[in-house]
Amino acid sequence: MPNLNDILITLPEFYLVAAACVLLLADAFLPAAKRVWIHWLSILVLVVAAYLVVKGQPAGSVTAFNGSFIRDGVAEILKVFALLSTILVFIYARPYLIDRKLFVGEFYTLTIFAVIGVMLLVSAGSLVMVYLGLELLTLSSYALVALNRDSKLSSEAAIKYFVLGALASGMLLYGMSMVYGATGTLDLVQLHQAIPQSTMPHLLVFGLIFMIIGIAFKLGAAPFHMWIPDVYQGAPTAVTAFIGSAPKLAAFGMAFRLLETGMGDYSQHWQLMLAVLAVLSLAIGNLVAIVQTNLKRLLAYSTISHMGYLLLGLVNAGPEGYSAAMFYAVSYALMSTAAFGVIIALSRAGFECEEIDDFKGLNQRSPWMAFLMMLALFSLAGVPPMFGFFAKLLVLQAAIHAGMMWLAIVGAVFAIIGLYYYLHVVKVMYFDKPVEGTEVRLQSDFTLRLALSLNALVLLALGLYWGPLLSWCKQAFVG
Amino acid sequence: MFNHLLSLLIWLPIVGAVPVLLAGSSRPNTARWLSLLMAVLTFAVSLFLIPQYNADAGGMQLAESHMWIASLNVHYSLAVDGISVALILLTTLVGILVIVGAWEVIQDKPHQYMAAMLVLEGLMIGVFCATDALLFYVFFEAMLIPMFILIGIWGGPRRVYATLKFFIYTFLGSIFMLIGLIYLYLKAGTFDLHTLATLPLTLQEQSWLFFAFLIAFAVKVPMVPVHTWLPDAHVEAPTGGSVVLAAVMLKIGGYGFLRFSLPITPDASAHFAWFVILLSLIAVVYIGYVALVQEDMKKLVAYSSVAHMGFVTLGVFIAFMLVRDLGNTDAARLGMQGAMVQMISHGFVSGAMFSCIGVLYDRLHTRLIKDYGGVINVMPWFGFLYVLFAMANCGLPGTSGFVGEFMVILASFSANPWIALFAAFTLIIGAAYTLYLVKRVLWGDVTNSHVAEMKDINGRETFVLGVFAAMVLFVGIWPEPLTHLMDSSVNQLVQLLAIHKV
Repeated sequence: MPNLNDILITLPEFYLVAAACVLLLADAFLPAAKRVWIHWLSILVLVVAAYLVVKGQPAGSVTAFNGSFIRDGVAEILKVFALLSTILVFIYARPYLIDRKLFVGEFYTLTIFAVIGVMLLVSAGSLVMVYLGLELLTLSSYALVALNRDSKLSSEAAIKYFVLGALASGMLLYGMSMVYGATGTLDLVQLHQAIPQSTMPHLLVFGLIFMIIGIAFKLGAAPFHMWIPDVYQGAPTAVTAFIGSAPKLAAFGMAFRLLETGMGDYSQHWQLMLAVLAVLSLAIGNLVAIVQTNLKRLLAYSTISHMGYLLLGLVNAGPEGYSAAMFYAVSYALMSTAAFGVIIALSRAGFECEEIDDFKGLNQRSPWMAFLMMLALFSLAGVPPMFGFFAKLLVLQAAIHAGMMWLAIVGAVFAIIGLYYYLHVVKVMYFDKPVEGTEVRLQSDFTLRLALSLNALVLLALGLYWGPLLSWCKQAFVG
Repeated sequence: MFNHLLSLLIWLPIVGAVPVLLAGSSRPNTARWLSLLMAVLTFAVSLFLIPQYNADAGGMQLAESHMWIASLNVHYSLAVDGISVALILLTTLVGILVIVGAWEVIQDKPHQYMAAMLVLEGLMIGVFCATDALLFYVFFEAMLIPMFILIGIWGGPRRVYATLKFFIYTFLGSIFMLIGLIYLYLKAGTFDLHTLATLPLTLQEQSWLFFAFLIAFAVKVPMVPVHTWLPDAHVEAPTGGSVVLAAVMLKIGGYGFLRFSLPITPDASAHFAWFVILLSLIAVVYIGYVALVQEDMKKLVAYSSVAHMGFVTLGVFIAFMLVRDLGNTDAARLGMQGAMVQMISHGFVSGAMFSCIGVLYDRLHTRLIKDYGGVINVMPWFGFLYVLFAMANCGLPGTSGFVGEFMVILASFSANPWIALFAAFTLIIGAAYTLYLVKRVLWGDVTNSHVAEMKDINGRETFVLGVFAAMVLFVGIWPEPLTHLMDSSVNQLVQLLAIHKV
């Protein structure tokens, strides 16, 4: 029987489930004119959830439900930033959805359910919880991608996402079953203890490989990245903004839980696998991004390369590497919401503003938006003094510290190649003349502009002063 | 104020760029005057460095240090020695001149142009002050962003190609330095340059690090064979961009050698000194010939910059040969001192040459030499100043160009007469391409009606060129204040050369 303590530990999650149900009901009964309340209520719900996460944070690590739920510093940071980026996405999404007549309660409830999935995943203490969180997240995401059901592109993306996602889930489950067979436990902490005594190391390595495939799929690391470009491009931009942020934090959390909490003793096996995934992601992401003409697709390939950098941190397989990778995941979530936020701010009904050519001469039409986008792009490219540079610095440092100088050099070389396509977008915005006959009409929504400006400026501010965030990340892995 | 003099110098122009930007395109004159005010203020503050810095004591002074990232032990630490002070003064002076130079010339979004210039100025001062390797790197890289925008928006027809090439080339160079720095950090536990200088390293480690630093700074200087971005960037950049690029940015490469290669990897630097000296001589001789055949004035001066910067690297690395192989500390000091004077002098001379080309370009909108001829007949005052700068570019005694080159050649002679011979070639080739340029542009009869209609320089242009001319003559005739400022710092560097780390 769960006791009260278990409930208290999992209070943010329980609260969110209840709130999501209330929102669903409210949406059903609210008259259409007052549906905008759902928007504000959802944001309120997430703010309260973030408050609960921070407020109820125990010192050190506690578990609930017989160890299947872990609440520690890692989970706290990932949850806070997942909630924060989702709040940003909600703010960016409202005018976008209203313009396209997609402003429905489902968007909010599905997203909140996906966030609950994220929260369960990063707190998972057993293989079952990992799978549960993952499925909650991905199933909600499939539906979100297909939100615009009349669009062929969206439906195609959703089906592709679903088929490949189901395959990856199957692989993950298959791997889990092997690990379970070899050790006889589903609990990650017990698994860690059972691994040295296991008499079936080969089976364990097999299971590990399948689990890594599942993780790589969630991260979108090459060669399991096929779904990323289509989903990013096909999904409504508001949904893409979500998929690009909180789920990446979840994927890091999942990798950390499975690989460190569970299979930490096998790090000598998975380090090299991750290194290979990292190199492939860096290569495919950066090289293919160069030829893209669609900005959403370009950002999709850039995601793949960023996951390569994140893996550079994980390869370290020590507290330093994990904190670097988490720092990277957080920075990526903030950068990607900013970039997609600008795309949303410039689009309107009938004009998605997602082709790179749509940004031609943006500096002459809206210098502020061009400036915000430039901040996001330079941050993604990893040019100091932007936030993204320091995230790259930390993962490169983690890789070198792990004795993988070659990997750091590969990372550095692809940073140069990656620089090109970000600069290309800056070039289009600043150096090209605007196309005659087109105009830029900014979304007039005040909250969107304010949130977007803050989002992008934070990338600069955190670049100048990133110490506290880093100490927070580091502290999470000490205890 | 004096406790935070360096911080003030860095942040005054950067923060000052915000109101300039806010003035917007609707009030261009407000933006111009505001930016001029900021640049003058920065220059005025930088003048305080002269009384505040004790040139006799040398060493790092006016230090400031605050914890930046506690968990990584990274500090926001600044300090200057004589060389930095000289370079900062050069930067702040050029900062005023480029803003005055762009006054009416930049009509398209002048507020953004001025703001980018101010940010660039602050970042360059930051590079010269930083004593923490990570802080240095941040300034070093951040500098690329405003320059990228300056060339890309206000540049010539092939500006996009040039600016992308400039950015990617420099980024490529420096990212390997970053890896080197991370390696050093993991070994020493700090990015503090002073600690890194005392860190014992094997020759193999030093060699790898040396090449990582060499790529970064060789691209910046630029040295043969990684100089190819420079002609493109210079040709396409607006006049102010070219001036800053030539006068200050290239110096950052030479400065980097002093702050990184020399103290951190002294043995590897000595080991590979022959290589750098060889590259420098190639720059001096071969690039000199390349300059001779250019048809574009800016390209000609850009190649001449590469050749002249060859003297800087030659002077720095000949010092290794002199100290390590021959034990000749006096000559080493002379070479190093010469390299530093050459940096400052080239800052003025190349800045002036590009400003002159800017003056011509504003009138005829072409940079091709064949479109000019007999300019002296219609622009006598301009011609007078142009010839002066041309003479300084050839290294005529009495101008700043002579002092540094002469010192480096003299030092080279003590090391190896052959090196001196090749270095001295520049006196002939330099004179050849510069005088050939002057002959084609200034002398002779007026060649076409466009030239005939050209007006002589106005008050604003006279001011810019006049200040450059005054500095060129000042350093040429009385270099003592400049050498005195840098002397003790150069001495200390030469002492560092002799220390074996392995």
